[in-house]
Parts: sequence; C-alpha cells; structure tokens
Amino acid sequence: MNILKFFTAGSVDDGKSTLIGRLLYDTDSILADQLEALQSSNRKNDDGTIDLAILTDGLRAEREQGITIDVAYKYFQTEKRKFIIADTPGHIQYTRNMVTGASTANLAIILIDARNGVVEQTIRHSYIVSLLGIKHVVVCINKMDMVDYSETIYSSIIEKYKILAQQLKLADITYIPVSALKGDNVAQTSENMDWYEGESLLHFLEKVDTDSLDKSQLARMPVQWVVRPQTEELHDYRGYAGRVLSGTFNLNDKVTVLPSGASSTVEKIEFFDQALDAAHAGQSVIIHLKDDVDISRGDSIVNASALPQESKLIEADLCWMDTRALDTSIMYNIQHNSKITKCKISEILHKVDINTLEKHAAEEFKLNDIGRVIVKTADALAFDLYDDNRANGSAILVDPRTNLTVGALMFRAAVE
Amino acid sequence: MSTYNFDYLDELEAEAIHILREVAGQFEKPALLFSGGKDSITLVRLAEKAFRPGKFPFPLVHIDTGHNFEETITYRDQMVERIGEKLIIGSVQESIDQGKVVEQTGKNASRNALQTVTLLDTIAKYQFDACIGGARRDEEKARAKERIFSVRDEFGQWDPKRQRPELWNIYNGKIHKGENIRVFPISNWTELDVWNYIRREKIDLPSIYFSHERDCITRNGQLMAASPFLNMDDEDVVERKQVRFRTVGDMSCTAAVESDATLIDDIISEISASKISERGARLDDKVSEAAMEDRKKGGYF
Repeated sequence: MNILKFFTAGSVDDGKSTLIGRLLYDTDSILADQLEALQSSNRKNDDGTIDLAILTDGLRAEREQGITIDVAYKYFQTEKRKFIIADTPGHIQYTRNMVTGASTANLAIILIDARNGVVEQTIRHSYIVSLLGIKHVVVCINKMDMVDYSETIYSSIIEKYKILAQQLKLADITYIPVSALKGDNVAQTSENMDWYEGESLLHFLEKVDTDSLDKSQLARMPVQWVVRPQTEELHDYRGYAGRVLSGTFNLNDKVTVLPSGASSTVEKIEFFDQALDAAHAGQSVIIHLKDDVDISRGDSIVNASALPQESKLIEADLCWMDTRALDTSIMYNIQHNSKITKCKISEILHKVDINTLEKHAAEEFKLNDIGRVIVKTADALAFDLYDDNRANGSAILVDPRTNLTVGALMFRAAVE
Repeated sequence: MSTYNFDYLDELEAEAIHILREVAGQFEKPALLFSGGKDSITLVRLAEKAFRPGKFPFPLVHIDTGHNFEETITYRDQMVERIGEKLIIGSVQESIDQGKVVEQTGKNASRNALQTVTLLDTIAKYQFDACIGGARRDEEKARAKERIFSVRDEFGQWDPKRQRPELWNIYNGKIHKGENIRVFPISNWTELDVWNYIRREKIDLPSIYFSHERDCITRNGQLMAASPFLNMDDEDVVERKQVRFRTVGDMSCTAAVESDATLIDDIISEISASKISERGARLDDKVSEAAMEDRKKGGYF
C-alpha cells in the first residue's frame, strides 16, 4: 500500500467540499462522534440531509462564512491506498492557498459545474495545476444530477476543456461525470449514467500510477545534519544525514559535493540499525563518503555524472503570497531545500493574468500575483529545472523583516 | 537497479525524520514535548532513527500535571534510562504552588487547561525556540489546518489567520526573538498509522493502552478511571470494568473505553472497526465546536 496525495481545485459553488465530504462518507471515514457533531450543526442541505461540506471547514471563521479559507488536510484509507487530500479554496483571493496545496500533490482534481461548463475559474485552476507541474489530472464534471445526467452536456464540456488542456500542456487527463451531492460516480459507478463507461472517481484514485520509484539519474541529497557522535568507540564517525530528493545512490557511486565541487565515492549507506545497498528518492538516510571532505548543512551530495545547474542568476516563475507587495529594492532570503542565502528579485519579466492566461509587462507584484522573474542570489544554487525535478527545482522566499514566507519559486532556466 | 518497496509507513517515517532533522538544523534550542502517550513515544523512535548513533540534539520535556497514570510515569522513567537522553519536567503543581494558576473546583475540575501556563513558563525558562509535538491533523478539524512548522507568538498564541504558506517539503523556521515554533512531524499520520507503526517497530507502550481491570465511574456518558484526582461524590457509582485507554492525558480528562484488547493486533482491529474518534474520548474537546481552536490560540499543544 502506498500514499496518493491529491489536491482539489474548485469553489464552494462547484461543490468541492461536498465532493470531499462524499469521499470520506462513502469510504466510512467519518466516525460516529463526528457525524453526531455534524447532525447537531445548523447547516443542512435544502432537502434536510447533512451538509457534508462542513467536514472540511475547520476554522470558526470558515464555518461562519461557509467557505474554505485555508488549506485543510484530510485523510482516508481504503484497502488499496492511503489518501491525503489538500483541500484548498478556489476563489482568486486564495490563489496562494491553492499553490500551497498543489505543491505537494501528485494528482489534481479539477471541478467543473455541469451547468456552467468551462469558466474563468476553470482556466485559473488548470493554470495552477500546470504551473505546479502536477502529473495527473482528473476533471470532475459535477452536479450532473442538475442537468438530467445529460451525456451531451458532458461531452461538450470535455471538448471545450481539451482545448484548454492543450494550451496548458496538461498531459494525463481523466474525465469523470459525477454528482457529489447524490454520490453518482464518486465511490461507485452510477446507474444514472449508463452512457459513462469509465470508473468511479474512487476506483480511479485507487489505481492511478503514482510512480513512487524515481528512475531518474538525478541523484540528489541535500545535507540536513552531520551526525558526529564523538564518542570513544565512534571517534571517527561522520555521517551525512538527509532525505534523498530524487534518483538513487548506490554503494560505490561516484558523487560530487556542491557547492565545493569535491569528488568522492559512497562508502556506506545507513538507516538506523541497517546498512543499505542503495538509497532511493524519498528515503531519509545517512551517507558516508570515502574521502574526508568538508561538508555542512546546506551542501548537496549529487550524482557526479548528472550534475545539477549552478547559478546565481535564475529565471523562475513566482507566486507572491504576502499582503505586502514585492519590493525589488530589498533583499529576501531564499530557501532551497536545506540551503538558505540572500537574494533579490532583479527583474520582473512578465505577469500572467491567470483568468485569461495573457502575459503582460508589470512593475509590481502583489498578493496572489503569478509571473516570471529573474532571481539574483548571493551564493550560487545547485538546482534542477522544475519540470525535470520538482524537488530540486523549487524554493521559497522569506521576508527578513517579518520572517513570513512571501513567495514560491519554480526554476525555469539558469540565466547565462 | 535494486528493487525496493517503499510502503506508506516508510514514506510517513521518512517525512517525519526529514522534519526532525530540519528542526535540528534550523534551531538553536529545540525540545521534544513528551507526554508518555503513544504519539510522543513514536516521536522518540523517529528521533532515534533521525540521529543515531549520535545524541538527540534536544532534550525531552514532560509537562507533568501531577494527575498522571502511574504507569505512564514508570514508562517515562524507564524509557529515558534506556535511551540515555535528557529529560526536563515542567510541573503544574509548582505553577499552582507559585500562584501562577488556580486549581479548578467543582465536579468536572481538571488540570488540563492549567498545563498551558506551565508549558509556556517552561518554554520561557529554557528559552526553547522550537517544540516538537505529536499532534496529528486527523485528530481534530482545527488541527487539520495547522502547519507542520507552526509559529507561536511571545504569548504562546497560534493565529490561524496568519499562518505561513508551507510549500513542497521546505519548512520556514525563521522567527523573531520571543517567538517559538511548534513542530508536528507526524501531522500526516492517522491514529491507525501510528498503531501500525508501533506494531511494525515493536515499540513498547505503557500498559494502560491495553485491556486491564480498573475501578471506573461514568461521567457525561464517558468512563473515567476512579482516582483521588476526580472530584467524586455520592452520585458517582464505582464499577469494576475491563477497559483500556486510547489516549493518555491527565487522569481527570481522559476517558477509558471498554475493551478486551490485550495485544496490538486486537487494538488495531478494534480501531479499524470503531465508530468513535480518538478525541471523542477527550472531555476537553467537548466544550464547544471550536474548543480545540480556542485552546490552540491560547498556547495549548
């Protein structure tokens, strides 16, 4: 059994929270005392049934306003898989929350209201999915019960969506007609839509390939901590602790340490009381090198024959996440895995209108703005392009005045 | 390429170890909040996996309400002895003696709320800048929205509206003087995940998690262990019951469940079949719909 992390893009009106509530309800993930709390709540559907959306509205302000403000994480499990849902709000003023939820997901569910079809927010949500490089996309055409489960309506929406998908270069897309409210095609295939030959949403989520084994050659491990017991019996012990971001390290692999550029060989790989032959993407291990090289937190151990790029000038997509606008005159801190250095946004190349996908020149960058910039860093970063290696192609910006996380960066190119 | 099977427990474990090492790398004076419950016991195992053969880069901190299950304290002391790490105890009794908090009165009196003050005092006394805790997002809906690195202001308060975005696996640990960060490495685990992990790792637990006979009374529909810490009167009928505990907190607010589960396998099947969530056995969450949110804003774990 493995884990599928997915995120849902859609607005209250699309029935997003209802869909998640439905998934939890139909997989028996809601327990009696939670159900009791639900039943005693004042919010009910028009027909008096429980409003499943309440399950995901966690904070008091959200319950009062009936909307999802923040990212809520929900968990459920079937016999086949453990699921982690990042439930994010879909309104434009919460774009940053969507970006946050999407950043850790390997699948996105985009909700379209069958009565409205592809609308402005569909473009926005799909753009974020493509920007964050989410591999699998499920487009749920929801509220099919309100359009008499019409195949014609469903098909015409799909045709429109395909044009958008092509424009955004979204590759792996699955379309499912559902009614979250009634449960059609959510956990079980629906009898109301005989014309639909595909699977229910849940069955699809259970079997979609998450490809947990990263076959890329881009072996990368940022060093988080140097383990040095300095006891009598472990006098010379020096292990580099970190989580393998991507690729695989095998014993005797030739590696390079960045930024120093020192070469060495993997001598030993440890995981607690085990000695391993290899460390794969996702594993937290301790690596020992044959040579005595100077390594500290913030350095990276990488495959010597597939080096990352190194640059102090990087072209990147930026999503601005703070109420205080970007200030191109000040220094920010950039955090790229365990490496932190100073930086400036030296140029704004363009901003994207995420409702229309039009690019335009811009002087300022405000909350929820997304666009292309040039980042100039104090120390060179050893990075991969986001599309090649998400884990080593992303970074956050931290405002030194407030310590808040103010920007999300996706690296697109090293500037020559 | 060698084949490997990266199970969901391996993935959760690797994520938690990564988070613990980020704490070690980003903070000057971190601490691990240890309650004696299964979640913090799991954290200790994860810390061993993150830092051995080295020492933990942080002490364990126990906020002791003085109303403990005896079994928890015995377990705590034996564990500290086994792992050879430092333990710091913050005592609620001391806070009461110093007049910093006042003991609640009445039938439902509990020291649960008081421990927030002791916790904040202990953080201030030792100047901890990061406190690792075993809270999970599946426990409660306010927790479902909390970050893995969660900033507390000088007064220990959590502000849900000013949470930092947390992207990819990058954790921003920058804080101002006086602030601290609560870190939750097992945020993405469920109760069942914790139990499956304990089984897989063969982790020893305090005996109260397993079925045993105990004198109980029924309060607000819940079974409570009869103890000198509970204000009992003539209306309370003491009954001998076969019970176990799903969470381990202060004796005055942790309810028992009737159970014959004596082995971890029994517990796992019991939880899988259960229709009551773990925090359903915590009277402290029942106060209002936003009870947890309010306590977290005030500095609670």
